Amino acid sequence: MGTFSTLLLQKTEIFEIVKMSLMVSGSATIISAFIGIPLGAWIGLSDFTGRKLLLRIVYTLMALPPVLAGLLVFLLLSRSGPFGIWELLFTPAAMIIAQCLLVTPIITGLVAAAIAGKEGIIFDHALSLGASRSQAMWTIIKETRSSMIAAVLTGFGRAFAEVGAVMLVGGNIRHMTRVLTTSIVLETRQGNFEMGIALGIILLIISFTVSSIVLSNADEFKLT
Amino acid sequence: MNLFEIDGVTKKYGSRTVLDVPQLKLQTDQIYAVMGPNGSGKTTLMRLLNLLDTPDTGHIKFIGEDLNEPGRRLEVARRMCMVFQRPFMFRSSVFNNVAYGLKLRKERGAECDRKVKEVLNFVGMSSFANQLATRLSGGETQRVALARALVLRPKLLLLDEPTANLDPSSVKHIEEIIRNWHQQYNTSVIIVTHNLFQAKRLADESILLINGKVIEKAKTADIFNAPQTVESKQFLDGTMVY
Repeated sequence: MGTFSTLLLQKTEIFEIVKMSLMVSGSATIISAFIGIPLGAWIGLSDFTGRKLLLRIVYTLMALPPVLAGLLVFLLLSRSGPFGIWELLFTPAAMIIAQCLLVTPIITGLVAAAIAGKEGIIFDHALSLGASRSQAMWTIIKETRSSMIAAVLTGFGRAFAEVGAVMLVGGNIRHMTRVLTTSIVLETRQGNFEMGIALGIILLIISFTVSSIVLSNADEFKLT
Repeated sequence: MNLFEIDGVTKKYGSRTVLDVPQLKLQTDQIYAVMGPNGSGKTTLMRLLNLLDTPDTGHIKFIGEDLNEPGRRLEVARRMCMVFQRPFMFRSSVFNNVAYGLKLRKERGAECDRKVKEVLNFVGMSSFANQLATRLSGGETQRVALARALVLRPKLLLLDEPTANLDPSSVKHIEEIIRNWHQQYNTSVIIVTHNLFQAKRLADESILLINGKVIEKAKTADIFNAPQTVESKQFLDGTMVY
């Protein structure tokens, strides 16, 4: 009951934190999708020298530790770093960049795997029915759209639940760069475990809502 | 008229030669059955004829046109169609699956709808038009795959084991569709089959492939009644060990 009333008292700040979380992770996911889907489709559909090596690099980056991604972006954006002049460190923009670094390989890898797994059979069917090569490739992309949606949602999940990178480059500054995950860390450190758990539940509810909204528009995932 | 003229065609996968056909001529308006044990090169031959693969050596002519000729691939490929052993259904309705090839050819509107309805009726799938194609049974899927090919009115229908894994009633239904369509539209048909009785029932001529080579090509009745080679006899008797 105490936690609930605290949540109500702090509702303006919590809304602000939720808004910031959605803005940072949403932007990072959208940017990553714009890079990752075409890149993954290209890797999945092409047959070029170094493709396997490129896939291995992508798969390795899928497991990139958030703290390492954060550190990398921190070094690049710090005053003495090559992009220090832009003064992006400890801003939402820095957090978006760090999350893009984490999410892009996930979307790329999952899209490439989905396309490579079905590419042969769909390509043959499309060509046999009179498709040109470009029409066949478009058919493959259309037929793997559910995998692409799943890839984007996985990427969003990774970004939304991530704490290490945003903590490093955002600094968890109140009213500026504080998001749900960094708030949970803060509350836990201060011994406010109930508040931490309450924020965690909010995070899960939002994640569930976003997934439900996206999936309700995709035929493949509709509940029958 | 020659449907196919195959001249010195070989195909290798790695160092293994999977197909080696020095000379083979097929005529239009016929039903051909291609038989042979697993790994004898039947599917490879179908893929080469359907332009899904290119031969390592030699030439294939389809109604006088060289398949190797650059820039003509799409035009030639659109005059034939293959139905695969395990057809892939696009994630859409049965109607949209059948209309796929027509839409690729920029055919839309009432004429497209009419053609799709007509062919769905021909294969007995009219009542399934609005159903999701990925949720059909094996026999229904194969009928939709046939409809998807037939709606394009191809000169040649390539069928790669279209009735494998189907129950006898579905096999009968598919065979009726193939026979009726062939009689009605004079479409040439090449069917790969492991079912010797099916070859007997459907094919005017049969081709026996073993180890990538054409062992025998003759009228179906002749090949079954009086096989000309030891391998043919062993294969048809069921005594060939492979």
